[in-house]
Amino acid sequence: MQASRAPGIAFIFKKALISALVALVLFSLMIGVRTEAGPQGLLVYETRFGDLAAMVAAVFGGSIVVELLRQWWGPVGTIRVVPPQVTSTLAVAGRWVAPVLLVFTFLVPVIFYDQRYILDLGILVLTYVMLGWGLNVVVGLAGLLDLGYVAFYAVGAYSYALLATNFGLSFWVCLPLAGILAAFWGVLLGFPVLRLRGDYLAIVTLAFGEIIRLVIINWQSLTGGPNGVSGIPRPTLFGIPLDNSDNGLAALLRIEFSPTHRIVFLFYLILALALLTNWVTIRLRRLPIGRAWEALREDEVACRALGINTTTTKLTAFATGAMFGGFAGAFFATRQGFISPESFTFQESALVLAIVVLGGMGSQLGVALAALAMIGGFELFRGLDQFRMLVFGMAMVLLMIWRPRGLIGHRAPTVFLERNQAISSDLVKEGHG
Amino acid sequence: MSSDHILFVDHLSMRFGGIVAVNELSFGAERRKITALIGPNGAGKTTVFNCITGFYKPTSGAMRLTHDDGHTIQLGSLNDFRISKQAKVARTFQNIRLFPGMTALENLMVAQHNALMRASGLTLLGLIGAPSWRAAEKNAIDLARTWLERVDLLDRADDAAGNLPYGDQRRLEIARAMCTEPALLCLDEPAAGLNARESASLSELLLSIRAEQGTSILLIEHDMSVVMEISDHVVVMDYGVKIAEGTPQHVRDDPKVIAAYLGADEEEAIAVMESGT
Repeated sequence: MQASRAPGIAFIFKKALISALVALVLFSLMIGVRTEAGPQGLLVYETRFGDLAAMVAAVFGGSIVVELLRQWWGPVGTIRVVPPQVTSTLAVAGRWVAPVLLVFTFLVPVIFYDQRYILDLGILVLTYVMLGWGLNVVVGLAGLLDLGYVAFYAVGAYSYALLATNFGLSFWVCLPLAGILAAFWGVLLGFPVLRLRGDYLAIVTLAFGEIIRLVIINWQSLTGGPNGVSGIPRPTLFGIPLDNSDNGLAALLRIEFSPTHRIVFLFYLILALALLTNWVTIRLRRLPIGRAWEALREDEVACRALGINTTTTKLTAFATGAMFGGFAGAFFATRQGFISPESFTFQESALVLAIVVLGGMGSQLGVALAALAMIGGFELFRGLDQFRMLVFGMAMVLLMIWRPRGLIGHRAPTVFLERNQAISSDLVKEGHG
Repeated sequence: MSSDHILFVDHLSMRFGGIVAVNELSFGAERRKITALIGPNGAGKTTVFNCITGFYKPTSGAMRLTHDDGHTIQLGSLNDFRISKQAKVARTFQNIRLFPGMTALENLMVAQHNALMRASGLTLLGLIGAPSWRAAEKNAIDLARTWLERVDLLDRADDAAGNLPYGDQRRLEIARAMCTEPALLCLDEPAAGLNARESASLSELLLSIRAEQGTSILLIEHDMSVVMEISDHVVVMDYGVKIAEGTPQHVRDDPKVIAAYLGADEEEAIAVMESGT
């Protein structure tokens, strides 16, 4: 490690030159030449060599800056020289992040009562926090790469929507049903993929997500196809509607009705659901089933040698993750009042998976922070218009350089005798699928 | 054939395509004794282990395991994880297979999965934190603590298993296997990569396991000092067949064994065998 420290100027220069060359090849047609329909409908082209030169120069300079930054901050594999005071301060701060974040989340509806936009954004972030925590069970703990998580989200959403619109069941009856149905589909997906690992598992789960979406689109008589399901009942506070009617909550409490009541209620509802997910996951990690999940991620062969039934262990991981996805789906349906297959594309699966991976697989706090950064941060850059994706991509690249194992890469042990010390991410396996 | 065999391997054969890895092998492992399976590299020892522990399905032959209560189990009829769960056969691996990202203590807790799973009421009792579960968990931690103490790793209990030195990892793997409370412990080259002092403490550990837990031990080993010191019975394999068996003394003087290990050069053979004692 020490030997490869601080490669010389020549190395940096060479690397920058190669990057610039690649950029030149890539951009020469994309930026250097622009074709347009001419006045007679003919295709004419103009050259923009100035822009091309600027881009290549930017890549060249950027490459040098990145390389210098890497040397200064230290990428993976080199020894970081951080003053001990900074490390200890960070450790203290790290301990306080979770409680402060939790208290702040509880206070959001109080602080931002008048700002509907912030409340809506908060609900969205919390939905993704919950989805991330749910997927974390499958990907982070059991090490099974699931690219079709959105399928369970869809199953939950459609379960609630169809049960509520067709049979008039209330949200609180449908919520557990949606979870159970999603878990059932989780087991159904689990069976065929038990023998698959790695890339193959990822492909089959990806296909599963698409299958569910296509079935929803094409089973018009049940799901309404591409038109979706509308008129989904809004949630009630255990039977008391949150509307402007005579028996609504506002009338009962003799306060003036405001549509914000419902938003605040939704906010606390998803917060409660997310915290339930978190509590159950933390609890499960300390139970034999949770340890078996993590052991499965570490070494499946050793698990079998210890008498652990890997089949049921994998299936319970899929079912548990799917159940939380189903809860989140039911919440999504009741919040939107309208669902259609468009909400359940692969994009959603990828986003949730990105949250889990960015957060640091297996870390509850990491996933919450990543959801905040991905969803909230994405909104933050709304002003940048088309450059939003660029900023987003850049942030991802930087994160993967400095934090390849996610924001919180280390693993907290589930049981200890004397010292509760975190385990470095270098030792923790990612699972084989 | 004495009836007090905990394990009896009967005409076991294992073919991989055209290659015969194990050919009509028969031997017994006596109850509360240490049986060593030795032989040159590629003799088929690990294949025998993989058959016994359910990782391979043998081409033909039978493996009978008889528990203390006289209950006999055909190992060939059980699936991989059931060999450990029902037949109470635990094993370690030639290339250590710990859970590197989990602490030493957690490794031993995972080994008690089936007992804890029952105690946690298939997770439901555990989720609500029932007192019976708490007691079971405490017992499990105590058992793990006992084994950590036995293998001299109590002060490393909260360290990641992947961070332990090689010798400690070997001992931890044995402790983990013992936490499943097995009737038969199968060790695949437990002394590989250990220095002389570590080998000696390993021998002590195995003898104490046999004496205190009454666990029967079947081991594959290349380190002749360990084999000769602790084995009650030695089975020698070469090219998938048994070429000799008996007490360590008997096996050591067998010309077929010497030839198998060292080719035809008898002088060299004798020299090495003497240094092995």
